Amino acid sequence: MMAKLRQKAASIALILGFFVFWELACLALGVSDIILPRPSQVFYTLFSRWPAIMPHAAQTLYTTLVGFAIGVAIGVCLGALIGSSKIAYDTAYPLLVGFSSTPKIAVVPIFVLWFGAGTVPAILTSIAISIFPVVVNVSTGLATTEPELEDVLRTLKARKLDILWNVGLPRAMPYFFASLKVAVTLAFVGTVLAETVASNRGIGNMMMIASSTFNVPLVFAGLFVLATLGICLYVGFSLTEKHFTGWANRKSEIVTV
Amino acid sequence: MLRKWAVRHEREQATSVGALATTRSDRGTRDPLIEFESVTLAYGRGESAVRALDKTSIKIGEGDFVALVGPSGCGKSTILKLVGGLISATTGYVFVAGREVGAEDVRIGMAFQNPTLLPWLTVRQNVMLPLKIVQPFRSGWGSKRKTEYRDRAEALLAQVGLSGFGDKHPWQLSGGMQQRASLCRALIHDPTLLLLDEPFGALDQFTREELWAVLQELWLTRKPTVILVTHDLRESAFLANRIVVMSARPGRVLEDETVPFERPRNIAMTYDAAFVALNQRLRSLIVEVRAGSEVSLGAAA
Repeated sequence: MMAKLRQKAASIALILGFFVFWELACLALGVSDIILPRPSQVFYTLFSRWPAIMPHAAQTLYTTLVGFAIGVAIGVCLGALIGSSKIAYDTAYPLLVGFSSTPKIAVVPIFVLWFGAGTVPAILTSIAISIFPVVVNVSTGLATTEPELEDVLRTLKARKLDILWNVGLPRAMPYFFASLKVAVTLAFVGTVLAETVASNRGIGNMMMIASSTFNVPLVFAGLFVLATLGICLYVGFSLTEKHFTGWANRKSEIVTV
Repeated sequence: MLRKWAVRHEREQATSVGALATTRSDRGTRDPLIEFESVTLAYGRGESAVRALDKTSIKIGEGDFVALVGPSGCGKSTILKLVGGLISATTGYVFVAGREVGAEDVRIGMAFQNPTLLPWLTVRQNVMLPLKIVQPFRSGWGSKRKTEYRDRAEALLAQVGLSGFGDKHPWQLSGGMQQRASLCRALIHDPTLLLLDEPFGALDQFTREELWAVLQELWLTRKPTVILVTHDLRESAFLANRIVVMSARPGRVLEDETVPFERPRNIAMTYDAAFVALNQRLRSLIVEVRAGSEVSLGAAA
């Protein structure tokens, strides 16, 4: 318990130290705020311009979450479909790898071409980018389920859906949560990029405009907002993960009689 | 002994060629619960295929307690998997309750060599799993799982000495305790057919004998049909009504022994002369088959 607290304190100290170092280095070297603003300037901008930043942050969060949610839903369905049979898994895997290794960033212009500038391409990019980690992980989790565990239900004459629900999906949970943490950070990348390229709202757009007017502290403020959002979602999923997949990260406490 | 086996084998081959109807009706009045008709099972295909079972025909009556013994790899577990519908025969037929396996309406409970408890469920949730799947319990799952079903699971856990462990996760239990929980899971839905694949193999002798008594008690009160696969000849003679001795791979039925001892049996009885004699006879039979299979392997090489 003490060791855990100490470790947490060290982590916080490191983060604070990073900002202090940044601040002092900028002051000592006399770096102009057009090149690299000091953290204090960034935070000042963040608070003083918050009414202007807020709608952009909300837009980005909204776009990301909608895209992420749809992407995860599609990903789970596709993953369940592909992972539920060995043949489907072996057949679909090469195509899946092909899709997931294509830089999704490159499809943004295509989405803009199809749907015009605005919220839709951003959501689509976020979907496209968050589907594949989920599909790959869920299908791998299902495909690697121990046949012995499925046999337990098969002798009970369980339906295929029962087996999926009671064995396959719980077994795939650790894989699923690992993919969520990857997917949610990627979804932000997708949204912000699409906003940068073609949108009139969102943090990506705000940073774009701010940089064109050399308002560098505002650019960094946008960056801070993105980092905060990303961290919050990541932590949220980590906590949910602990709740659902505690069995996979067990400690060796054996009870004997 | 070997000549007797050869004759029987020829006869089996002869009947397997004949019509199904004659084979099924020639053995008395009551239809058996389980019937193997000249079942062959090969794992894999072509050159690399391993034949686990060769033209095996077995009948098991309802309410019977049959032990399958034999050398390793003789297809004992394969027979259980066939009855449980986990694999299907390469050739031949497996009937359960007069219908081809899988189509029958028989509640099956199965305990495997490994405990195979689901790691994300607690011990109690694992034991209750069949109630969630199998009718008529399935319909009551929503309303009774916190009351009646829970008590049912606790009662069974207590019977095998696991009261108070219901809320633990399987990995917090020792191997023997996991095996006991798995036995509870095989029994909770009151199966009419119980398939046991060396369920006591990993337990120490005292626990094992304790559980023999539990299983015998259970069989005497509920009269399920039991097929028990075991390496332990004492276990087979203590528990079963019938001992089927299998040959080395590919497995065939070599000997079908009726166990005459009175029920309920107790551990002291296992040191009686008659019991020991039966054990010795079975043992020498299996030793003989094993030796035979080693010789034939040597010849092949």
